[in-house]
Amino acid sequence: MTKSWWKILATVLILYSIIGGLLINVPALPILHETIRNLYFHVPMWFSMLTLYLISVIYSVKYLNSGNPNHDLMAVESVNVGVIFCFLGLLTGMLWANITWGEPWPNDPKLNSSAISTLMYLAYLVLRNSIEEEQKRAKISAIYNIFAFPVMIVLLFILPRLTDSLHPGNGGNPGFGGYDLDDTMKLVLYPTFIGWILMAVWIMTLRYRIRIVEYKQEHHNQG
Amino acid sequence: MLEWRSKYAFNGILLYVISTVFVCFLAFKSIQPITWNALFWIIMLFASVNAITKSFVQESAGRQLYYYSLASPQAIILSKIIYNMILMLLLSVIALGFYMIVFKNPVGDPLFYLLAVLLGSISFATVFTMISGIAAKAQNSGALMAILSFPVIIPLLVVLLKFSKNAMDGLDRSVSLNEIGVLLAINAIVVTVSLLLFPFLWRD
Repeated sequence: MTKSWWKILATVLILYSIIGGLLINVPALPILHETIRNLYFHVPMWFSMLTLYLISVIYSVKYLNSGNPNHDLMAVESVNVGVIFCFLGLLTGMLWANITWGEPWPNDPKLNSSAISTLMYLAYLVLRNSIEEEQKRAKISAIYNIFAFPVMIVLLFILPRLTDSLHPGNGGNPGFGGYDLDDTMKLVLYPTFIGWILMAVWIMTLRYRIRIVEYKQEHHNQG
Repeated sequence: MLEWRSKYAFNGILLYVISTVFVCFLAFKSIQPITWNALFWIIMLFASVNAITKSFVQESAGRQLYYYSLASPQAIILSKIIYNMILMLLLSVIALGFYMIVFKNPVGDPLFYLLAVLLGSISFATVFTMISGIAAKAQNSGALMAILSFPVIIPLLVVLLKFSKNAMDGLDRSVSLNEIGVLLAINAIVVTVSLLLFPFLWRD
């Protein structure tokens, strides 16, 4: 019970964000109208993904220093779950774009660079599958992971800012935080971040523990 | 380093670029300025992947062991990067010259376009050297090289396309300063990360 408080917190916060996000009043804005409620779902997906990729890089660095296979498993599972959240983020974003911008995939720098960074992490997973030997696989994929992380940051947060973009917070546009949000929205929005990030970490640790069990079984059978 | 001994490899890649340009010429005949720019960078992209993949994949295991006993990993990756930079600079200048002879030349600010090409070839060299080091360790490294490197090179390519487009349109030079800054910053990051990570890759 003492250890599971954050899981309960995650569940409560997500329930709150779904109920609150769909029921609590939102400011009436042109173009956006009621779709602004998507903010409660679209943005937290990306924050969860970033958190997971960050965890993954930290564990890759740890793996290179220690050679402990558990660290490698942690890095992989973080990327696995991160990719899922990335797809959810893309999906919610496309639904939103379809309504506000008129098409699901306008040719926009922010969208394109998020697609490219997805490709990069898929390449990481392909790289892992193409190496047979366990230690070598762990080491090389850790190196690629560390290499990819700064490029991902450049893609998502620096390049779109240099050009014109439809996406809020880029290309001279202000983010939503600037003036569109009123206080009741913030009251829902910030808990959703915490809730989804905790949920993502929870899913990741579950998968990580399954992987450890599988790993041990494999070695038990061999030995 | 000793890589100049494989001079035939350089000649081969040079021939590759020139014949690609010629194939494009025969296919397109005449060309819009915007396509002119894009086509040049696509040719350079594939040429550089082909040129730089060789830098690790072609080395035999015995020779790698020999290098390993001679020099520190930092020295090796640095020398590979420098060698590839020089290779790419040469290659891109020759390619650009030939490209301009064959296709009509709509460049407004040739000197700045040349700068874009030089910066571009340096960036290709830094990124691809590290990636080819990673890909060489896995099986099926040819296909893996493309999968691993393209997502990493695309942000650079986007900036380069914008920069060279500015130069081609002959815009004021101060417009492009931003792009030059980003390119240099990305290159600096890539080189530092390579220097930090290569020792782990090298120690097998």
